[in-house]
Amino acid sequence: MALRLAVQTFREGRLLSYRARQALWGYLFLLPSLALFVLVVLWPTLRAFYLSLYRWPLGEAGQRYIGLANFAALVQDELFRIALRNTLYFTMVTVPLTLILALAIALLLNRRDLPGKVPLRAAYFLPSVAPLVAVAFAWRWLLEPTFGPINWALRSTGLPGPGWLGSPQWALPGIMLMTVWRDLGFYMVIFLAGLQTIPSEIYDAAALDGAGSWRMLRHITLPLLNPTLVLAAVVAVIDRIQVFTPIYVMTSGGANFLPGGPLNSTRTLVLEIYFTAFRKLDLGYAAAETVVLFMILLGLTVLQLRLLERRFEY
Amino acid sequence: MHGARVRRAITRWGLFLTLTIGSALVLAPITFMVSASFQPLPEILRIPPALIPRAPSLQNYYQVFQAAPFLQYFYNSLRAALVTVVSVLLTSALAGYAFAKFRFPGRDLLFLLILSQLMIPFQLRMVTLFELVFRWRLIDTFPGLVLPGLVDAFGIFLMRQFIRTIPDELIDAARIDGASELRIFASIILPLLKPALAALAILTFMWNWEAFLWPLVVASSDAVLTLPVGLAKFGEQYLIRYDLQLAAATLITLPVLLAFLATQRYIVQGITLTGFR
Repeated sequence: MALRLAVQTFREGRLLSYRARQALWGYLFLLPSLALFVLVVLWPTLRAFYLSLYRWPLGEAGQRYIGLANFAALVQDELFRIALRNTLYFTMVTVPLTLILALAIALLLNRRDLPGKVPLRAAYFLPSVAPLVAVAFAWRWLLEPTFGPINWALRSTGLPGPGWLGSPQWALPGIMLMTVWRDLGFYMVIFLAGLQTIPSEIYDAAALDGAGSWRMLRHITLPLLNPTLVLAAVVAVIDRIQVFTPIYVMTSGGANFLPGGPLNSTRTLVLEIYFTAFRKLDLGYAAAETVVLFMILLGLTVLQLRLLERRFEY
Repeated sequence: MHGARVRRAITRWGLFLTLTIGSALVLAPITFMVSASFQPLPEILRIPPALIPRAPSLQNYYQVFQAAPFLQYFYNSLRAALVTVVSVLLTSALAGYAFAKFRFPGRDLLFLLILSQLMIPFQLRMVTLFELVFRWRLIDTFPGLVLPGLVDAFGIFLMRQFIRTIPDELIDAARIDGASELRIFASIILPLLKPALAALAILTFMWNWEAFLWPLVVASSDAVLTLPVGLAKFGEQYLIRYDLQLAAATLITLPVLLAFLATQRYIVQGITLTGFR
């Protein structure tokens, strides 16, 4: 009480009212971040929507308003359709595969009496921290059709070794393989953290009731882990839709590559945006493409909020 | 009872064995990469691949350093990451403090505005940022490279959440003692933020170290290129020289893995602490 009274007296002893001074300091503390935020986040974001309505070659004459013509052209654009399809294919395969494997490893690693837990966890997590470009180059060699270790292993078990990154059919699956391998550990850590929030008393009680480990998994672990699973799935989907680096490095990068891999089989959404904006310097059309990407991601985020709302009630 | 214990031990060690084999598989790509980087090209292309080099040599590394200035790239990466981390920590802590502990008109609206950016992908502003950097003649310069990352909506959000847990009485008491607002921020708020700042610093550093798309767009000369983009460019130049590619890749991977093993606990904590991203 005495403290509060003292503060009150102190506040009233100044020229400006306490409220006005507070507001002033609030704005001052906010100023550097807000100025930067407007410059590099807010303004460019709004301008992307604006540019999507324009024909806008970089720094050239001929910039003019064309309404929704960019979007109308996108609907007709064969390459953009291919990019959408490839992105969908990539996402639909890698996300379930990554999550199921990560969950399996997390469940096995979560056993209390398992020896060597910490080094095992580190081993599975290691690929997630390895530099992506570096491991993408390593995988280009691993997937090399004739001399690569992966095809050597496949052939020695009697399986045919596909052409991987050089083949229209196998280039994207090759990159999927690498992506699943690299992301596994990250989602494993997320699941392990989720598993550790489940109180062990529940398992003890279930064991007393004679429940086996399979029933405990189905009726305790998975339901209680559900919020984490949903969140991980949506984060993974949003992340995969934006895939760029491994695609660029493994099939689409330099002058010697075909842009978009063999027969455009690895052309994905962000790669398409990259080529439109920075190789063709067609900023208006690229902005329209990013708006479509944003709409897809926004839809998924809304879906995520819906799903979490419904299922958080345990 | 004895039989049950034996069965438990068998499952336990069976599990351990399965997980160990699995981890060996997961580590195999990196192991093969490191091993191959010490072998000449004909050895790398030999079938079956040799996990242990027959005659290990540093020849590939020597050639890599002659072919491209990787030390320069390393320095460029480090400089960009450090500047970004300092800027993000400072702006996030300041803005987080303002949002958490001050009342001013428009506060909630501004916070909502910043929060809404968490849902917006970088690609949406990438094209227009490029135009901005182009107009300001910052293409292929250090300021152009770091500009988009100097402030982070996620960092502001994280700091606000942490600062809200600091009791108001602490700040009021300092005001009574006559401390200036800047002093309160520097000597009361910042020290209490240390764990949160550490987590944000590690995450920001890691994202920045891995950043690829923006550096690929703006950087082209050796004085600006960061490690990931420098490596990608190098790989394009020596497209079929797997020996040089693998040596360069290993060169870039090993320090990161060593840093990871040293700070593993904090990284895992950071990921679970901040949820995702």
